[in-house]
Amino acid sequence: MSQAEVVEPVRPVSPLWTFGLLRSELTTTFRRWRTLALLAVLAAVPVLVGIAVKMETSDGSSPGGGGGGPAFISQITNNGLFLVFTALAATLPFFLPMAIGVVAGDAIAGESNAGTLRYLLVAPAGRSRLLLTKYATVVIFCLAATLVVAVSALTVGALLFPLGDLTTISGTQISFAEGLGRALLIALAVAASLIGVAALGLFVSTLTGSGIAAMATTVGLLITVQILDQIPQLHALQPYFFSHYWLSFADLMREPVYWDDLAKNLGLQALYAAVFGSAAWARFTTKDITA
Amino acid sequence: MAPYASDDSTTAGEVDEQRSGRRKAARYIVPVTVVGVAAATIGLVPALADSGDPDLPKITAQQLIEKIAKSDVQQLSGTVKISTDLGLPDLGGLESSLMSGAAGQGEGGSSADPTAKLTELASGTHTLRVAADGPDKQKLSLLENAAEYSIVHNGKDVWGYDSKSNEVYHGTASESPERGKDQQPPATPKDFAEEALKATDDTTSVTVDGTAQVAGRDAYKLVIKPKQSGSTVGAVTVAVDAKTGMPLKFTLTPASGGAAVVDAGFTQVSFAQPAASTFDFTPPKGAKVTEEKDAAKEFGKGSEKDFGKGFDKGRAREHAPKAGEDHGKGLDGMKTIGEGWSSIATFDTGGEGMPSGKAGGEFGGFIDSLGDKVTGKFGSGTVFSTRLINALITDDGKVYVGAVTKDALVKAADAGK
Repeated sequence: MSQAEVVEPVRPVSPLWTFGLLRSELTTTFRRWRTLALLAVLAAVPVLVGIAVKMETSDGSSPGGGGGGPAFISQITNNGLFLVFTALAATLPFFLPMAIGVVAGDAIAGESNAGTLRYLLVAPAGRSRLLLTKYATVVIFCLAATLVVAVSALTVGALLFPLGDLTTISGTQISFAEGLGRALLIALAVAASLIGVAALGLFVSTLTGSGIAAMATTVGLLITVQILDQIPQLHALQPYFFSHYWLSFADLMREPVYWDDLAKNLGLQALYAAVFGSAAWARFTTKDITA
Repeated sequence: MAPYASDDSTTAGEVDEQRSGRRKAARYIVPVTVVGVAAATIGLVPALADSGDPDLPKITAQQLIEKIAKSDVQQLSGTVKISTDLGLPDLGGLESSLMSGAAGQGEGGSSADPTAKLTELASGTHTLRVAADGPDKQKLSLLENAAEYSIVHNGKDVWGYDSKSNEVYHGTASESPERGKDQQPPATPKDFAEEALKATDDTTSVTVDGTAQVAGRDAYKLVIKPKQSGSTVGAVTVAVDAKTGMPLKFTLTPASGGAAVVDAGFTQVSFAQPAASTFDFTPPKGAKVTEEKDAAKEFGKGSEKDFGKGFDKGRAREHAPKAGEDHGKGLDGMKTIGEGWSSIATFDTGGEGMPSGKAGGEFGGFIDSLGDKVTGKFGSGTVFSTRLINALITDDGKVYVGAVTKDALVKAADAGK
């Protein structure tokens, strides 16, 4: 150990060093049992939805009881690709942001809790760079989690239901290849919808030294905002809630695509990332690291 | 051990601590600034984007009306935002159960029936998309949360598609154009403007009130106001595209002030030819298709069943057909009092008026609670008011309805006595 400490500072700092830090962060995060369990739960949701729809419609009836249930559910039996959209619509309100909340809340507070934060800061990375790397890791996890749901849904959809040309919600037909392209765009839109929660979680994570407290606070905030978003009296505030435009990803299935709400969603997520990212930076770079 | 206390030296003097305290506080300026800049942007950008009213050559009201009449826009596509606030009492769940019964959204009918679906436009804010290419190809879509309802008219087919329930309604255009025009509520600013201009006569003042920017296009503002007093209509404003003469925005403000009753305007519009594929419609695999004729049959069956279920006390069911009979009888004797904006329609139901608390059971009591009791020389009755239309139903079964104030209705009832 002491030998390593002596050797390290001698090596010239390479500009790619940041990526080395990012890579080591990514490996640590994705190797955790907790992370793998979260991803497994996310992958299980489309399987459950797919099997439920298959069983319900085995007698020829239409799923969703004529308009109920998550978006797009009535189309799944005709085209398995719709399972991707249904699964994302079903996981976006809670499962996905909860997973993000756990990973983001754990980012700083978890290290602090385990007593490893001080060792991370020994490395000549600087606090800003470490925070940026942590945030990048969380954002990559957002994308990975969304893709896990989408790929699992596509696999289940292809196994249980027919695939082929699909009808957009505007009633026009698009080819299966274009449908796949849209599915990918939708997955990206969903992943981008989560970067606001990720920044919020990271900020909460810098406030406390307990990983559990940070995760619970983030998930609690998530639920509170979702409830407030349903109260009609607050409708003047609602456009500023990070979850308000989440379902706008469905606008990508219109023909032509309706961009207004999608753009609002992206702008809002960028705003949350800027506000809570800089707040996290202000907190983390001035904090006394005691553990 | 490990040199972890690198930034915040614990052995620093008091001066250092003060300085670092100030430096710590200074970092929080960054997030605060970001919030400030964001708030300023949200507040200022709409104000800056509003580049003022465009400069257009002067035009008289008559010329502008002719311009609208001559307007021959065959090809367009755009997005329309429509908000309606009729001030109807909020009936919550009951309203929706009645609506679903009446609209045949139950097991019997199809949720893709255009007449049923477009009734939804009567309240709240909706986003519509319209596209047209000549008289044979039109499309109107109602954007919903993660779903869409579209009506496509292509040649002789009229399709209604409800993506939420994956149901399709199919009709033929040979009987549909007139039928469709009459039955579909107006949705685009043009429809509204045509309705408003129909009512134009000597009881109306029509003026041009400057210019405005609508959906990025220069437009004239045509203001239509009733001359008589007693009307609940304050003013109707129509923004007319300066180039094409196409109405782009329609606003109806009530005389009582407050928010517009109807506000329908393009937020985005293009006069280029829409893609041909926009008007192609093939029912998706597995969709439930309802043909027009079947729908009518099933609608009758379905609604009766649903109504019966809705009020399972059964009392209301006995009441409903009777009210219908009365209605049919009464409508034959419909008269109009007055002219122009403050005209009042009146008819005699021949019955004993509204089912009052005792006669109508629970249902009657509920109806009573929605209206206001009034008395006058004509006797007594109940006034049901919305922000635009008021109706007086007297206890001896006469009905007075109009876009006029309560007092005007009572006056009309007094005069009719």
